[in-house]
Amino acid sequence: MLLVENLTKSFGSNTAVDRMTFEVDRPMMIGIIGRSGAGKSTFLRMMNRMTPASSGRLVFEGTDVLQLTGGGMRQWQSQCAMIFQQFNLVPRMDVVSNVLHGTLNRRSTLGTMFNLYPTEDIHKAIDILDRLGIADHAAKRAEALSGGQQQRVAIARALMQDPKVILADEPIASLDPMNAQIVMDALRRIHDEDGRMVIANLHTLDTARRYCDRVIGMRDGRIVFDGSPAQLTVGVARDIYGADETFSESATSTEIREHTGHQARVPA
Amino acid sequence: MSLSPNPPHDPRANYIQMMQRKRLYGGLTMAIFALLLVSGFMLANDRNAGGFWSGLPHVLDFPADVWADAAPKVDQLPGHFLTFFPSLLETINIAAVSTLIGAAIAVVLSMLATRGLALWPRAIPVFRRAMDIMRAMPEIVIALVLIFVLGGGPVPAMIAITFHTAGALGKLFSEVNENADLKPIEGLQSVGAGWVQRMWLGVIPQVAPNYFSYGLLRFEINIRASAILGFVGAGGIGYELKNAMSWGLGKFDEAAAIFILLFLTIVVFDQLSSRVRQGLIHKGGH
Ligand SMILES: Nc1ncnc2c1ncn2[C@@H]1O[C@H](COP(=O)(O)OP(=O)(O)OP(=O)(O)O)[C@@H](O)[C@H]1O
Ligand SMILES: [Mg+2]
Repeated sequence: MLLVENLTKSFGSNTAVDRMTFEVDRPMMIGIIGRSGAGKSTFLRMMNRMTPASSGRLVFEGTDVLQLTGGGMRQWQSQCAMIFQQFNLVPRMDVVSNVLHGTLNRRSTLGTMFNLYPTEDIHKAIDILDRLGIADHAAKRAEALSGGQQQRVAIARALMQDPKVILADEPIASLDPMNAQIVMDALRRIHDEDGRMVIANLHTLDTARRYCDRVIGMRDGRIVFDGSPAQLTVGVARDIYGADETFSESATSTEIREHTGHQARVPA
Repeated sequence: MSLSPNPPHDPRANYIQMMQRKRLYGGLTMAIFALLLVSGFMLANDRNAGGFWSGLPHVLDFPADVWADAAPKVDQLPGHFLTFFPSLLETINIAAVSTLIGAAIAVVLSMLATRGLALWPRAIPVFRRAMDIMRAMPEIVIALVLIFVLGGGPVPAMIAITFHTAGALGKLFSEVNENADLKPIEGLQSVGAGWVQRMWLGVIPQVAPNYFSYGLLRFEINIRASAILGFVGAGGIGYELKNAMSWGLGKFDEAAAIFILLFLTIVVFDQLSSRVRQGLIHKGGH
């Protein structure tokens, strides 16, 4: 289904992603972990074609998406939705308009300029908001919503694209634990119910363990771990994060239970 | 900014030294400026047939003539206002149309010239230079050339003002664009939106209030420009003023009426636009 082969990205002399290679044969939920600067965001941005790759192949259902240009590339972008840490909504526009932006790829430019969205699309947008539990805020400006609500609007926009893949770049990094859980639950549900592939960059180990079917660990642009959450032992995690004996799992955790009492510290 | 301890590191001495250099440069600049000014006056005096200095006291003769001619016919002023109102409208019209079209061109140019927004990032310097040239070209020069080619009338004035406006506003707009938040634009890019869609939905809502207030300011300036262009044959109230003035004594009452009309118009638009801009600023972040 997805084949990544020797995917590389260099910024000048700095290699952000170094010959990344892996294969995915069925839709699943994949978590990418690694410390800051490991190249996680760069990989997702290359996959969505926001950042041009330096070399390598990225084949999805038989098409090398890195070779697409112009309309073909934008078509792929509509198939491959992206969710950002900072939500990246249009703050001054209302929630439904932001969700409708998911259909821009199939809208004519002129239609967009005069705000001519078909009624059925508007209904669909509101249904999606309802599914994510924020239909009450449909008419508000995006900027008036809390972070967690805005991220759900961003997920709604992604769903409006009806994509085969959803990429999420640290979707919960700027949310409190409560909202983080709501957002991760939503992503998992989208995978379970709609069968879409989800690839999420995560900065906490426990989130990756809890929600993902497969975890990829990156360090300095390279894949250093690729396996099931169960295989992700503390030793492996230390290796991924380049940490020493004092590394404890709670150092990368934001889960709610740990804030309600006992600290689940892994013995060194 | 060397971090090595070797050079004498005395902040106070350094500062004083810098201060002295600044004063020296300042003094030099002033001297050069004064020199240029004096030589300019000399040149003007030499070139002016009647002599610049000897002509200076006569500067007030013209208004005095106008006053003497117009004062007794003050009862005719309202009639003149009515007569010249249509040509005033023409002047305002020229300004409005050129501001609108110029601003529309400026929007596109400014986006093509802003890093992060440009459709062809490598062509940014091209669009920047183009705007510089458009801005540097005075309206009156373009208008004179166009009047020579196309003949008189409002169209050459419109083209001339539009051209200059596109460059002038383009520069200001691209400064506004620099401050636009790129996150919404990335969001739109990620769904596969085209360039026009990204700009229209991602940039315009952020920058529209600033565009609008610069546009209003430019409209004010363009009313003046359009009145002046009338002088060189581009129609409107400037043309009427020129006729009345070159007629000489006997028609100065008309000239006075036009002056007053023009003055009032400019004051009104000045006030209006500063009100609206104030309003925009106060609404500010919303
Ligand atoms: N536009 C850019 N220009 C130059 N270098 C870049 C650019 N974007 C990323 N890099 C570099 O590429 C490397 C990988 O960055 P990337 O953002 O992919 O890391 P990350 O794993 O997402 O980190 P974080 O967890 O902090 O988001 C870093 O060394 C970064 O400095
Ligand atoms: Mg990142």
